[in-house]
Amino acid sequence: MSDLILTPNIDDADDFYADLLAAHEGLEKADSDALNARLVLVLANHIGDRSVLTQAIRAATLADE
Amino acid sequence: MNKIFEVPLYAYTRSPDQDVPAPVRHKVIVIGAGPIGLAAAIDLAQQGIEVVVLDDNDKVSFGSRAICFAKRTLEIADRLGGGRPMVDKGVQWNVGKVFFDERQVYEFNLLPEEGHANPAFINLQQYYFEQFMVDRVRELQEQGAPIEIRGRNKVEAIGTHEDHVKLEVETPEGSYTVEADWLIACDGAGSPTRRMLGLDFVGRVFEDNFLIADVIMDADFPTERWFWFDPPFNKGQSALLHKQPDGVWRIDLQLGWDIDKEREKRPENVIPRLKAMLGEDVQFELEWVSIYTFQCRRMEKFRHNRVIFAGDSAHQVSPFGARGANSGMQDTDNLCWKLKLVIDGKASESLLDSYDVERVHGADENILNSTRSTDFITPKSQMSRILRDAVLDLSEHHEFARPLVNSGRLSVPCTYDGSPLNSADALDGPARTRPGSPCPDAPLGNEFLLPKLAGKFTLLTIDADAPDMIEEDGIEVTRLALSVKDDPTLELKRRYLGDAISAVYLIRPDQHVAARRDNYEDNAFRHAIRRASGKE
Repeated sequence: MSDLILTPNIDDADDFYADLLAAHEGLEKADSDALNARLVLVLANHIGDRSVLTQAIRAATLADE
Repeated sequence: MNKIFEVPLYAYTRSPDQDVPAPVRHKVIVIGAGPIGLAAAIDLAQQGIEVVVLDDNDKVSFGSRAICFAKRTLEIADRLGGGRPMVDKGVQWNVGKVFFDERQVYEFNLLPEEGHANPAFINLQQYYFEQFMVDRVRELQEQGAPIEIRGRNKVEAIGTHEDHVKLEVETPEGSYTVEADWLIACDGAGSPTRRMLGLDFVGRVFEDNFLIADVIMDADFPTERWFWFDPPFNKGQSALLHKQPDGVWRIDLQLGWDIDKEREKRPENVIPRLKAMLGEDVQFELEWVSIYTFQCRRMEKFRHNRVIFAGDSAHQVSPFGARGANSGMQDTDNLCWKLKLVIDGKASESLLDSYDVERVHGADENILNSTRSTDFITPKSQMSRILRDAVLDLSEHHEFARPLVNSGRLSVPCTYDGSPLNSADALDGPARTRPGSPCPDAPLGNEFLLPKLAGKFTLLTIDADAPDMIEEDGIEVTRLALSVKDDPTLELKRRYLGDAISAVYLIRPDQHVAARRDNYEDNAFRHAIRRASGKE
């Protein structure tokens, strides 16, 4: 079973964050929500590993261990 | 022209049971001559068990109702001697299209696995399914089998006793009393039997209604399954178009929750909806209209001593995915061989508790699948709709999202993992044939495997030695000796051996695997036979 990476792992993190904001720029709330949903699904498919996805959902809920 | 569902198929005739001072005791009474009740009766009668079917009506199902019959159901119908005409009459399809808003987002081909006698599923009106089963009952009667259908015999009261049940039956000529050692209730989702016995039926009702219309039309729609999410002609809702035999098309239109059901069913309200969908100039005739509410529920237990529930009377699912009639057929398939052993004194009544364990497991699996489809088709929150729409939008551009689109997962038979009748897996073989699994079919030259496994315990050996017959505590097991060479396509090897070089399978009368090893070991298989018949 792979572990979810919860330590810094993105090269040029500031650039990534700026790209994320740019993708949402000028969008209505509904379109932004749709974009986020699509992004979650694209990333989830790339990860693929169900145990990592389960850990990721849990991490995102901010629930304590 | 009269439609077949308007013609009495088993008209009322007076039974000698109505003219005797003391009630006649039958071995088994089945309540309900729907697909499941008829299957149960045929299964028992073929095994020589005397059975009477009581139905409050005298005709086959009114309207199409169930239309999608899966491979497992056809395999069971083959064993019951009625599968062929169903496949000949039914419509087979492999291509489906998914539409979202105003556009087609993708098309799929189911590409069914090769090497099976039966197709993955057929579309066939329930009334044809029932008619073919009634034909089979008549054929059995001509051969002298102990089976009878009594039309317009409505059960009004049920008395339960330790070793029998007593029924009050209303007929056009008054009521009579009759008894049975065993009662199988196949009287549908609204089961009067369940109500008369005061039994539970708990679950979840989804706040949604669907209009089903069967229309007869000469249209050049291809033989495909078309599913629309949020189409312009039914904004914010969904729709389905599916072909049946005789130019009949099934249309499902989601209506939402706050509707007046009686009003929506009227032709003057249905026809404009259909015209919006099909086009103003398409000529069609309404055959049948109904409205249903999505719901998923089941009884806590399917066996109540001498009263056993099968089909919709025991469990009800939302219809997308074809899990109603198909799961009911698996119920009777599971039940009847067990009941035969119990009636013959070759197994104790406790074997019937495994019917409960295995089919409750099956019902839960169906309810889970059905609930997930329902949650996708009719999102319950703003975010579930956002995610659903994201899946659909992505599916137009990227293949990865298509498996997430859920407009109904087609019924596949349940594997009884963890059943008390299974023995531990002792073969390093394919997962799909592990103990508890329904045997997948495989080609054997010009023949197929499953008909050779029908209705009795079988020891299937593949390139392994074993006795031709073993008997353990009254249960006879006959050997079917095969070799991987019997199937040049190597499907038999792929499905039953995997990397193993030989295998011995103990297969139950309902074609589920009870045990398997790489070779025959007498003690192990005798133990497995005892387990599979509820003796350990």
